[in-house]
Amino acid sequence: MRIAGKGLIDRSKPVRFVFDGVGYDGFAGDTLASALLANDVRLVGRSFKYHRPRGVLTSGSEEPNALVTVGNGAAAEPNVRATVQEIYTGLEAKSQNRWPSLSMDLMAANDLAAPFLGAGFYYKTFMWPSQFWEKLYEPIIRRAAGLGALSGESNPDKYERAYAFCDLLVIGAGPAGVMAALVAARAGADVILVDEDSRMGGRLLAENCEIDGVPGVIWVDRVLSELSAMDNVRLMSRTTVTGAYDGGTFAALERVGHHRAARHAGLPLETFWRIVAKRSVLAAGALERPVAFRNNDRPGIMTAGAVRAYLNRWGVVPGQKVAVFGNNDDAHRTARDLLAAGVHVAGLIDSRHNAPDATGFPVYKGAMVSDTTGRRGLESITIRSVSGEDKLATDCLAISGGWNPTVHLTCHLNSRPVWCDDILAFVPSPSGVPGMGVAGACSGAFSTDRCLREGAAAAVAALEALGKSAPKTQIPDAEDAPYAIAPLWAVPGRGRAWLDFQNDVCVKDVKQAAVENFRSVEHMKRYTTQGMATDQGKNSNVAALAILADVTGRAIPDTGTTTFRPPFSPVAIAAMGAGAQGKGFAPERFTTSHAASVERKAPMIEAGLWYRPSYFPVPGETTWRQSCDREVDMVRHTVGVCDVSTLGKIDIQGPDAAEFLDFVYTNTFSTLKIGRARYGLMLREDGHVMDDGTTARLGAHHFLMTTTTAAAGQVMRHLDFVHQGLRPDLDVAMVSVTEQWAQFAIAGPKSRELLNGLFDADLTDAEWPFMACGPVQVMGVRGRLFRISFSGEHAYELAVPSRYGDSLFRTLLARADTLGGGAYGMEALNVMRIEKGFITHAEIHGRVTAFDIGMERMVSSKKDCIGKTMSERDGLSGADREQLIGLNPVGAVKQLTAGAHLFNADDDPVRVNDQGYVTSVAYSPTMGHMLALGFLKNGRARHGQKVRMVDHLRDLDALCEVVNPVFFDPDGERARG
Amino acid sequence: MAELIARPPCQGLLPLEIGTTTLSETDAGVLTSIMPFKGQEAALSEALIAAHGMAMPAANRTTGRAGIRAIWFGRGQVLLIGPSPHEALAWYAALTDQSDAWAVVRLEGAGAVDVLARLLPIDLRATQFKRGHTARTELMHMMASITRVGDQAFQIMVFRSMATTLVHDLKTAMEGVAARR
Repeated sequence: MRIAGKGLIDRSKPVRFVFDGVGYDGFAGDTLASALLANDVRLVGRSFKYHRPRGVLTSGSEEPNALVTVGNGAAAEPNVRATVQEIYTGLEAKSQNRWPSLSMDLMAANDLAAPFLGAGFYYKTFMWPSQFWEKLYEPIIRRAAGLGALSGESNPDKYERAYAFCDLLVIGAGPAGVMAALVAARAGADVILVDEDSRMGGRLLAENCEIDGVPGVIWVDRVLSELSAMDNVRLMSRTTVTGAYDGGTFAALERVGHHRAARHAGLPLETFWRIVAKRSVLAAGALERPVAFRNNDRPGIMTAGAVRAYLNRWGVVPGQKVAVFGNNDDAHRTARDLLAAGVHVAGLIDSRHNAPDATGFPVYKGAMVSDTTGRRGLESITIRSVSGEDKLATDCLAISGGWNPTVHLTCHLNSRPVWCDDILAFVPSPSGVPGMGVAGACSGAFSTDRCLREGAAAAVAALEALGKSAPKTQIPDAEDAPYAIAPLWAVPGRGRAWLDFQNDVCVKDVKQAAVENFRSVEHMKRYTTQGMATDQGKNSNVAALAILADVTGRAIPDTGTTTFRPPFSPVAIAAMGAGAQGKGFAPERFTTSHAASVERKAPMIEAGLWYRPSYFPVPGETTWRQSCDREVDMVRHTVGVCDVSTLGKIDIQGPDAAEFLDFVYTNTFSTLKIGRARYGLMLREDGHVMDDGTTARLGAHHFLMTTTTAAAGQVMRHLDFVHQGLRPDLDVAMVSVTEQWAQFAIAGPKSRELLNGLFDADLTDAEWPFMACGPVQVMGVRGRLFRISFSGEHAYELAVPSRYGDSLFRTLLARADTLGGGAYGMEALNVMRIEKGFITHAEIHGRVTAFDIGMERMVSSKKDCIGKTMSERDGLSGADREQLIGLNPVGAVKQLTAGAHLFNADDDPVRVNDQGYVTSVAYSPTMGHMLALGFLKNGRARHGQKVRMVDHLRDLDALCEVVNPVFFDPDGERARG
Repeated sequence: MAELIARPPCQGLLPLEIGTTTLSETDAGVLTSIMPFKGQEAALSEALIAAHGMAMPAANRTTGRAGIRAIWFGRGQVLLIGPSPHEALAWYAALTDQSDAWAVVRLEGAGAVDVLARLLPIDLRATQFKRGHTARTELMHMMASITRVGDQAFQIMVFRSMATTLVHDLKTAMEGVAARR
């Protein structure tokens, strides 16, 4: 019911929205909860376990009951708190956890089964035979229990991540927070003021109060307009600080799109902020706690502060005849505000015998509410006092069991809150988060005056720490009412009295936990599920703890608290991982020839972050093998062109460059002539092979190293480590030039013919023998030519600055086409290197030594190198080692597979008989059958023997002959000639 | 003989204008990484002043001006942007041509800081990251070089091969910022 003239909603802007298929009217400024209450919709959801009818309990993000699903289809958002969701025209919300409908939920039969569904139900159920659990109980429970469901489709919404930095982060924009922000901002500090509400002001928006003679709302709007005009202040509304982390870092979730009817393209639904602040002030306020009594969960029963908020901020009263029940003076405020607004107050039940008097409504002193009636909404309450029990007709009960300071963030770095007997609540430990001050209700200061003073004081302390002087600040006049409270956690009596509305945990469940010896608060929490799920026990933790303390005969502070962990309120994984969906997952690295390769319809394969062409299909080819076989044949007989730019290229210069290379490579580079390249092998410090590649000497003090594509970063890091950590004495400088040069392999008998004509002079064997390198002029551009070969053919690699890569690739392809050649991709490249027995990281996978791959003679005996000593350890060489071998299929099965294991021909193919494994396979069009590289125990001594290759995963069993891993042209005549 | 045709890294991707922010490719001229040899830092700085009129920049700083600039580029490394390096510099430092290794773009406009705040984990407040300040940091998932070249203008560099991803990430952030207005 809406009250005329009350509230901060904009009555000139009506808003039409839909809940469970029915259209309703509200106003701009309404939340879904306030608008539904204004329309007298009290039943908004069903409880988690018992499917009890539930209504709105609170007016903030702590709401346990009023969870709805907003939107449809893939974009449907479950578990949205109706108390936080602002309405807009076209908003569609649905209730959750009910079937077939909210008002007639067949699952409510669970409520009748309540005796079986109490504390420890799940744990006890697990004791039954596991088959019963998996096949019978779990499916039933999963169907019956739960909150909202995800759509199961890919999320179409956009999310964003962002970073912010400030001198002072103020968390919460109630009286304490805005006061702190104002003082700090006026002193010139960079301030970020964050508030989770759509409108800043905190309780000042919800209370009937005055500051400096004007309504609190007017005062706070004045302060906010001053702040928003300052360059050093950033105001962030709809933003919840969800976690406090090391080094003054905070996580915060900003709701950007949730409240907008029409979202511009590109607008994120939420932004996940990382805020780094030199100092912070927590002014997060306090959360009101309900009182537990029988049937205290009916729609129409709300916290007293929420009833005030709905009245004062949204002009809504959730009933015709309102009763108030509490144990503190604050509850009286609700009754007074309602009365002043002309609402009928049926009575105020105060558990204290010394409760203050009131006029305009009856006060039941020393009385308690012991039961309620009303299936889908409150109809009456039972009042118990020394004189007996009375029934009172009411459709809305406002309850207040006192206020709990919102200490959560102060505990995120593992500190525990401290019990305060004056307010019967926990307050933050002073040393909770380094650099954080606490002000206002979240430190236990419940009057407006104390909030303002503490806010100002926290700002002054922060400014001092920042080395800034604080201007003298006048504290505005405001009420300073005392907060009188007497303990009342649960009304004694039979029946179920709810503590945790979200998880259906009752007083008797906590008692049962204690009876079954789950006396530690952490055990009680897990045993009863109290404090789980989206509200994380914000409404129930302290009361549950108090009851546990009572039944175990301990004081509350001795009972301890459960651990508060981030996030303070739910954060979508999509928000934390924002930007990493789809193309944002990882950078794509494209070669300069990418466009030309795609034009030739080459499918791409990923190598690290690079995209490389797999093969280049020509018309008539329907499988990759056809293309691959043709490309191998082409390179072996005419000429092929392949982009090899992705290999790591490292420019190494300096007077000690040669000595440095001698130290990182097993073999010697100081003896390499200028204008020549040499194959090099690098070990890790533990003596195993790290990487291989060719390094060219461009000058006396100038080398160019190449690395495997995927190992480029690792090798660069290794070189930096060796230089900085092990050999800082050497005068050498290194930088990656991978991206500077586009480099193409031109391989095959006609490679020289292809290149001749591109340079000023034709290539000759005398000037360009195998392993020669040097500068060339390529069509007027300064390039580099290397006569090196990864295919085993007469081959060159030609490099030009990357801007010319696309043009050169097209030129080379055009020339290759006229010679009967063409482009070749990774598949053909791989086949040819296997035919030649050249290793890749399939072979040097981290567990092999130079000995294993037959390169132990490359570890120079004349000098030291990284990994040399460690490679000489026992067990890293010898006949027991698995050594690189080649395999030819010689039995009926001709297929070989990488990953298969090797066994002696007569052995059972079981683990204990394992002799080795296969690392690379290919169909060789050159040899006419499949080839494999692999590792076999004492393999080099076993050439000519037969072994079994067994692939247990693909169910293959092939007899193979062990051979020299260099299948093709073992003497290397083709590359040299 | 036919000539090889040069293609800039962001060809076909830029310019972009979204909301109050523009993104364009910069033709930065010659890029040269300069890595001083042992103990040659001071002499190199003198030589740089003599040859190009600017000293070696300190960590996270630049020297020079638009069109001819030396930016700190990591430990023991400076990137000379604009002119071909004077050959005298080679006495004191390893010089390596990097003109084709980097995509260089300029992000400019009222929303530039907000756009970058969505991609960079560093403090870009004008009081902390002034004109001429530079940083090597990560932009989304890429390692990058960021330099403030104006009150609302930044030079951003990533590896040439990542130009497509750079534009994708910046465009997404620009759209997010623009959509809020």
